[in-house]
Amino acid sequence: MAKTRKIITDPLSDNNPVTWQVLGVCSALAVTTQVSTAVVMSLALTTVLCFSNVVISMLRNLIPNKIRMIVELCVIATLVILADQILRAFLYDISKQLSVFVGLIITNCIVMGRAEAYALQNPPFKSFLDGIGNGLGYSVVLIAVASLRELLGSGTWFGITILDTSWYTGNTLMLLPPGAFVIIGLLIWLQRTFISKTLREED
Amino acid sequence: MKLLLKFHDSIRPLFEKGGKLEKVAPLFDAADTFAFTPAEQTHRGAHVRDAIDIKRVMVTVIYALLPCFFFGVWNAGHQYNMAHAIAGAGFVADMLRGLIIVLPIVFVSYAVGGFWEVLFACVRKHPINEGLLVSGFLFPLVLPPTIPLWQVAVGITFGIVIGKEIFGGTGMNVVNPALLSRAFLFFAYAKSMTGSVWIASHGDQVVDAVTGATPLGILSAMPEGATAAEAIASGQVSFMQMFLGTMPGSIGETSTLACLIGAVMLLLAGVGSWRIMLACVIGLLSTAALANVFGSSPMSQIPPHYHLVAGGFAFGAIFMATDPVSAAATNAGKWIYGFLIGMLIIIVRVLNAGFPEGVMLSILFMNLMAPLIDSFVVDHHIRRRLKRA
Repeated sequence: MAKTRKIITDPLSDNNPVTWQVLGVCSALAVTTQVSTAVVMSLALTTVLCFSNVVISMLRNLIPNKIRMIVELCVIATLVILADQILRAFLYDISKQLSVFVGLIITNCIVMGRAEAYALQNPPFKSFLDGIGNGLGYSVVLIAVASLRELLGSGTWFGITILDTSWYTGNTLMLLPPGAFVIIGLLIWLQRTFISKTLREED
Repeated sequence: MKLLLKFHDSIRPLFEKGGKLEKVAPLFDAADTFAFTPAEQTHRGAHVRDAIDIKRVMVTVIYALLPCFFFGVWNAGHQYNMAHAIAGAGFVADMLRGLIIVLPIVFVSYAVGGFWEVLFACVRKHPINEGLLVSGFLFPLVLPPTIPLWQVAVGITFGIVIGKEIFGGTGMNVVNPALLSRAFLFFAYAKSMTGSVWIASHGDQVVDAVTGATPLGILSAMPEGATAAEAIASGQVSFMQMFLGTMPGSIGETSTLACLIGAVMLLLAGVGSWRIMLACVIGLLSTAALANVFGSSPMSQIPPHYHLVAGGFAFGAIFMATDPVSAAATNAGKWIYGFLIGMLIIIVRVLNAGFPEGVMLSILFMNLMAPLIDSFVVDHHIRRRLKRA
């Protein structure tokens, strides 16, 4: 039981896909100017990741080793297109803001990485949990970065005004991709220095 | 001095290992080596005994910056008094007004920057690095006089912590911390860094005719198809005025003359690299000449020598580009590095309508490229010698 739990909790901090493995940084820079887009992006990625893990795990004994990458891509691409269509149908405004980045989940290293590193060797249920864990790990970072960027950049959080513009001047650098780079860099530093200290020493 | 030395020696044990104030030892060390030569000395072996160390180098740069600083103080006050049409404001009144405007900015820059330096020095248990002496002084000189003080604090914090300390402190930074601070403010608080920010004033009292735009700002707003003569005429300032610096602009960079005095001091002391300065000028002039031939916008028609005195070129080429840490280190590399800075400045000024001035961006960009240039130069050198062998 403890082992199963670890599948989910590990990627949240000690083996976080963004801050520890430094995967999926592209989208973390692109869609984190607002918390709302970050949340939708997190949901989309987590869903795609879970299902791609499950499907690939079910197919794992059928996929010839030589063409496994292409098969994985087919599965992921199908799921991503589904997710994209659903967003366009039900959350049109946000899907417009996310623009190509939903489509680019196909190339998100986290999805591919988990398929290669986990789903190909493990049964479907465990792969599903792994998908949830890594999806959540990505979401935690994405939402943290987006919260900071939206708060510092526009003085709002989830669209609610927190820092009033009458005295707070928005830091527009935070709304540009370099701002996200700085914040993600600082998060990585925080994690390696304080949270996952023991891991660092093992390296 | 004897008295001070005695005092220092009497309190020295407090800061040594096991002393009561061991935690803030870097503070004592900084004050001590500022006044005297360092206590630990080399005893044997082949060492060059020389008065020069990082601290002396930095102090030389400060001396070289003083002409720019004093001119900047006078100019800030002068522009203010002109904008408010204060009749007969003489030299002293201009200076005083300038000091009121500039000193708080310098003070905040040093105080906040110093806080971070001391914090990192105490946590990492190393002596306080001297880099801040220069960074903390360069930064105010490239800011507009109207900059809000809290932005100065945020800017220098970013430059020192993100630009320098996380890379390991003085000597490890990839880009120039003072310029990075300015770039941070430029992108974070664009309203305070562009537009009518170059003259300190109190809104409503300003004389109508004063716009406070810089010559480059005016030129970049010119319509297409203007000739060089029209462009210069509409620039509203003469070559001489731009050379002397009696015009609105960032505090320390308006006067090319003051920068040149600084350049002479740097070169005489052997602190600044003449290769980089010269290469910047050559790159700027040749690219501007090319733009003259092929360009059609009013910016591209400005005669090359105007580019030398416009904007922050002189200040950037003399004080920023020559930063020994972030510049290229090999001699051939310095030529390439400087030339490309000059070239990029013209490209940004002429081709990019968004930014009338490109000195800051060009130098920062080439700072990033400097290690690559050096590596290329060294590789080339090795290959050449291998061929000869």
